[in-house]
Amino acid sequence: MPLNLLVCVKGTVSSTSGALRPEGQPLSPSPLDEYAVEEALRLKERVPGSKTAALSLGTPASEEPLRSVLSLGVESAVLLCDEAFAGGDPVSSAYLLSLAVRKLSAAAPVQLVLCGKKTNDGESGQVGPALAAWLGWPSACAVRKVVEVSETSLTVERALEGGVETLALSFPAVLTLTKEINEPRLPSLKGKMAARKAQIPRWGASDLGADAALYGKSAATSVVKTAPVPPRAGGVSIPGNTPEEKARALAEKLKEMKLL
Amino acid sequence: MDYGLTETQQEIVSLARQIAVKKVKPVREHYDKTEEFPWPVVEEFRKADLFGLYLPEQYGGLGGGCFELSLAFEEISKACGGIAMPLGTSSLGSLPILLFGSAEQRERFLPDLASGKKLGAFNITEPEAGSDATATKATALKDGDHYVLNGIKNFCSTGKEADVYVVFASTNPARGPRGISAFVVEKGAPGFSFGKKEEKMGIRANPTYELVFKDCRVPAANLLYKEGYGLFVAQGTFDMSRPGIGAQALGIAQGALDETLAYVRVRKQFGQAISSFQAIGHMLADCATQIEAGRALLYATARAMDAAMKPAIELALKERLPVYDAMRKLKTRRWTKESAMVKVFCSDTAMKVTTDCVQMCGGIGYMRDFPVEKFMRDAKVTQIYEGANQIQRNEISMMMIKEAASQGGEG
Ligand SMILES: Cc1cc2nc3c(=O)[nH]c(=O)nc-3n(C[C@H](O)[C@H](O)[C@H](O)COP(=O)(O)OP(=O)(O)OC[C@H]3O[C@@H](n4cnc5c(N)ncnc54)[C@H](O)[C@@H]3O)c2cc1C
Repeated sequence: MPLNLLVCVKGTVSSTSGALRPEGQPLSPSPLDEYAVEEALRLKERVPGSKTAALSLGTPASEEPLRSVLSLGVESAVLLCDEAFAGGDPVSSAYLLSLAVRKLSAAAPVQLVLCGKKTNDGESGQVGPALAAWLGWPSACAVRKVVEVSETSLTVERALEGGVETLALSFPAVLTLTKEINEPRLPSLKGKMAARKAQIPRWGASDLGADAALYGKSAATSVVKTAPVPPRAGGVSIPGNTPEEKARALAEKLKEMKLL
Repeated sequence: MDYGLTETQQEIVSLARQIAVKKVKPVREHYDKTEEFPWPVVEEFRKADLFGLYLPEQYGGLGGGCFELSLAFEEISKACGGIAMPLGTSSLGSLPILLFGSAEQRERFLPDLASGKKLGAFNITEPEAGSDATATKATALKDGDHYVLNGIKNFCSTGKEADVYVVFASTNPARGPRGISAFVVEKGAPGFSFGKKEEKMGIRANPTYELVFKDCRVPAANLLYKEGYGLFVAQGTFDMSRPGIGAQALGIAQGALDETLAYVRVRKQFGQAISSFQAIGHMLADCATQIEAGRALLYATARAMDAAMKPAIELALKERLPVYDAMRKLKTRRWTKESAMVKVFCSDTAMKVTTDCVQMCGGIGYMRDFPVEKFMRDAKVTQIYEGANQIQRNEISMMMIKEAASQGGEG
């Protein structure tokens, strides 16, 4: 059975643009999202007949990053765009994306949503897992390899600190990916030309049937209390003018502390 | 300089630049050293649609012209003029079919060349027929519905790796130059094999082969245009392909200058960056000025030529004529003089600039660890192939004299 694969793409200002102020700068797909797009295209090639689509939440300027995704071979794209969406946080972004996933799934069930592990601006890394939570779907974060994919499930490998975890997930599911997973392709000129002409529908709050309490400024995270990490006690400086003197002083100190 | 590129042309440049930086630059030293054919990079060109830039959309191309090809060829050559070669040689294989082929021949051969599924090549040179193509010795004698090719062609770029070869042989040796004809020969044709592979000074990522024909039977349907028109096919092709060599040469020059500029700004002697010495500064300025002058000549010529060729190509597609016939119908002018000027100026510039770049970099510029000497080795061939620059100058002056004579001048 072919799969419907959906990639979430955030348009951000390229970190190599040198721009200090993001306003008015052209947007491109957040770098890790490019790996998600590539993986979706590879899964489409692995499971013949599959389809890919891209979803972005952002201002009208996010149309350009979606076009660049289309130029790579993704078939369709939707932009979630509404002034009321501004000012949200990762959880409310995930809420809006989840509504779009449901809306798309009503037409053709989406089996897999792919996201970058985090964006190059917010860097929260929360949108992917929060999206899975809103959808009630299983998820795996920081995936570095899709080991196996079948009609109903997939097996992935994710990098942990000092180890690798292999997980099996049944569809529908959400993945967030790291850059170890693949090497994104370059577009083709024909792809670019077609992408320039593509129609990208825009869905606002009413199209999604979104609950106003759950997105935008009213839903944004507010700081209730901060609990700073206690400052570290000052260290001990080792006296001495030459390396030899310092080494001698250090050795004495260590003996004093019964460490030597 | 802003040359007022269209959106599509800007996209061609930007994509070719990405390929040059990400896919060509990291491997150029490897292919220069090993003289292997850079298949993985050619695959990138193919996926990006670069092989169809100048071919009509009807055959799966992008419907551009030699300007679009030049833009891509220049960008890739900034990273490596050798790895860029298949873009040029495939156009040398495709253009004679586009310009002189029948509608059937265009339909048969161009789609696979436009997609890059097949690579093209072109071989007119023989051991005893270099600048003087009229000395062609290879023969193609008619036998029923076939021609039987015999002889040796040499110095064929992208030889052995290409699939579609446009080759020149005499169908009537008694008629001398007017007996030479052009054929499309496909790899695998019985009696067609590859001889010696040359070891070269530059563009080492591109194989240069001898083509050997021993009673090679080629269907009569593969004759391009008519018997005896071979030298027209060659000249008509060169008119359109020589700007491409100009683009390759400029790319090589620019690539060398970019590396050099970066180096002279950090290299310190006598307590200062060597770029602060006027002797270096003036050389940088001359290099940049000559490159820009060449680019202006190339872009202006390529655009004017494409604009002039467009109606002829459209008419040919509509009425299923060879483009050459449509050109004659529409009295489309020939571009021999201007395209030779582009080729001469850009290739001489490339040689001068790359030589000066090695000089500016000093000893390190001469070393294999540093990319600049390779640009100098690669530049040299652009003054030699597709007609040595002496021959280009002969053509330019001959056209000048012809034009003056036709305008009723004296002498
Ligand atoms: C790397 C490489 C790749 C090539 N690829 C191809 C290819 O793909 N297909 C192909 O068909 N050929 C190819 N060639 C051949 C190339 O086009 C010829 O080398 C070129 O046309 C010069 O011919 P020649 O080498 O026989 O030199 P010659 O004709 O022997 O010339 C030697 C010198 O004499 C000068 N000279 C000759 N005649 C005159 C004259 N009438 N007036 C003034 N000066 C003159 C020349 O300018 C040159 O300086 C390639 C060559 C090289 C080096």
